[in-house]
Amino acid sequence: MAVKKDKVSLGVTIFAFALMTAASVVCLLPFVMMVSASFSTENIIMTKGIGVFPRGFSLRAYEIIMSMPKYMIGAYVVTVALTVSGTLIGLFLIAMTGYSLARPDFRIRNKIAFFFYFTTLFSAGLAPSYIWMVRYLGLKNNYLAVLLPLLMTPWLIILMRNFMKSIPHEITESGKMDGAGDFRIFISLIFPMVKPGLATVGLFLALSYWNDWYNAMLYLPNLDYKPLQYHLYRIVNEAAALKNSLAGANVVLTASLPSTTLKMATAVLATGPIILLYPFIQRFFITGIVVGSVKG
Amino acid sequence: MKPLPGTNRGFFKELSHSRTLILMCLPAILFFIVFCYIPMPGAYIAFTDFKYNQGIFGSRFVGFENFRFLIISGKLWQLTRNTILYNVAFIVLGNILQIFVAILLNEVRLKWFKKIAQSVMFLPYFISAVLVGFLSFSILNYDYGFIPNLFKALGAEAPKFYSNPRVWPLIIVLVNLWQTTGYGSIVYFAAIMGIDPTIYEAAEIDGAHAIQRIWYIILPSLKNTVAVLILFSIGGILKGNFGLFYNVVGNGNPILQPTTDIIETFVYRALMNQFNFSSSAAAGLYQSVVGFAIVMTANWIVKRIEPEYALF
Repeated sequence: MAVKKDKVSLGVTIFAFALMTAASVVCLLPFVMMVSASFSTENIIMTKGIGVFPRGFSLRAYEIIMSMPKYMIGAYVVTVALTVSGTLIGLFLIAMTGYSLARPDFRIRNKIAFFFYFTTLFSAGLAPSYIWMVRYLGLKNNYLAVLLPLLMTPWLIILMRNFMKSIPHEITESGKMDGAGDFRIFISLIFPMVKPGLATVGLFLALSYWNDWYNAMLYLPNLDYKPLQYHLYRIVNEAAALKNSLAGANVVLTASLPSTTLKMATAVLATGPIILLYPFIQRFFITGIVVGSVKG
Repeated sequence: MKPLPGTNRGFFKELSHSRTLILMCLPAILFFIVFCYIPMPGAYIAFTDFKYNQGIFGSRFVGFENFRFLIISGKLWQLTRNTILYNVAFIVLGNILQIFVAILLNEVRLKWFKKIAQSVMFLPYFISAVLVGFLSFSILNYDYGFIPNLFKALGAEAPKFYSNPRVWPLIIVLVNLWQTTGYGSIVYFAAIMGIDPTIYEAAEIDGAHAIQRIWYIILPSLKNTVAVLILFSIGGILKGNFGLFYNVVGNGNPILQPTTDIIETFVYRALMNQFNFSSSAAAGLYQSVVGFAIVMTANWIVKRIEPEYALF
């Protein structure tokens, strides 16, 4: 839009520029400080506090983690395995369900959708779910306790259905004309056509697996190798966990342990992959939020 | 939607006709049965003196005793008040700020700047609650925190945030806004982008400047989006963001509890720290039942006024 600027409009533009720049800085600053702190010298931080730039310069926190990488690598392996398997399985099931619910000739589609949606309106609560998972399903200290509950959410199913709705029903009908069954149509005709939807829903799933600490905290308290964010939780909040994670490391475990920079470095390592991938994946999330907000 | 051929079938005929589609939904149906519906009857333990080894239906029935205790101790009122007040602050301030950001982003005409600013503000949504808690601790703690050390550097007395319950409502609201504003503004930004550009052109011919354009075109066009989003949030007014409160405040810091304890954190603490299953379940059931009533009422009212915004 080519606008000849009057004074008021020019003022608004300058104001918008300034404020959005400030807001962006505020959003970014804590991350910058985290990275800076992880490269800082422990003693200087403890006297002067963390800053925007590293205070002193030290790689000691990373050296210590690298000298005893067992738990960090274990956490990475667990998290990557859970994220990949959970995303693939969940995505396939969600796509299958979303396609069915988008079929205009599937008459009970709204009843099934409501069956899913109802779980967001009413829930058993934490205690009954916990007892069910632990006492009856026996999932305590079993990675399935993290893998299974995150496989799907009503919102992701509805989001997928909204993507499926953008595919003309004629595609399905042409498949039927050729004598293909519903599942066949889904696999060979629909699946390749709904790639943006798969990417979007898949990334939402992957993010929820990568960032899960809650299910891990509830159900995986005694495993050696915890998912990454729960590993971070323990390093940050439990002094004992920090020392244990370095047991056997080639460092003197005394008061000289740079615990603050170690926590910072662990946080950087636990979040790094997301921040590195972020520029490439964020547009899918934006699409998802917009498509998901359209009522079906 | 136009009726399709063969839509007047009987129920069983329908089942057999769409059996493949039903089978394709079956894993999801089983998922919700196993993880959401089966635990529901377990809420019965809210009415028992639950002992883990006696199981759900072997434990002693005590009626409303657990609820009575929560009420007379004043805990239920405190939890309800905190949860609702925080949500009201999140909804009101959150939506105002999101709309504000979306409008300002739209006023910046440089495409690359718009893209970068939107991405950067969206970033906090992507990190785990654990990291949100740790980042806020790094900024607020007395020893090496960024803000207290600014005070120290200026020779002033540094604030001790973690022992002052009065500042926490402000801190939590700010942290929540920090994490969700970029995310929330996306829907509003999309709504603004959807405005027919010819309306702007007409306004421009009439000599409208930016503020008039925002006031008379953009804000009115966001009315529907605001209405739907607010309705969604009102439905969840009794639900709290456990991750935010648990990680930012710390697990049950007793000094901060009066202003920071919400239903979720109480339910968790009662269960995992005190092993008081029944009390936890009672608070959880209260939340589910009252929350459900609130959604139904909100939906019923909206249906009367504007049926197309209704949730179901």
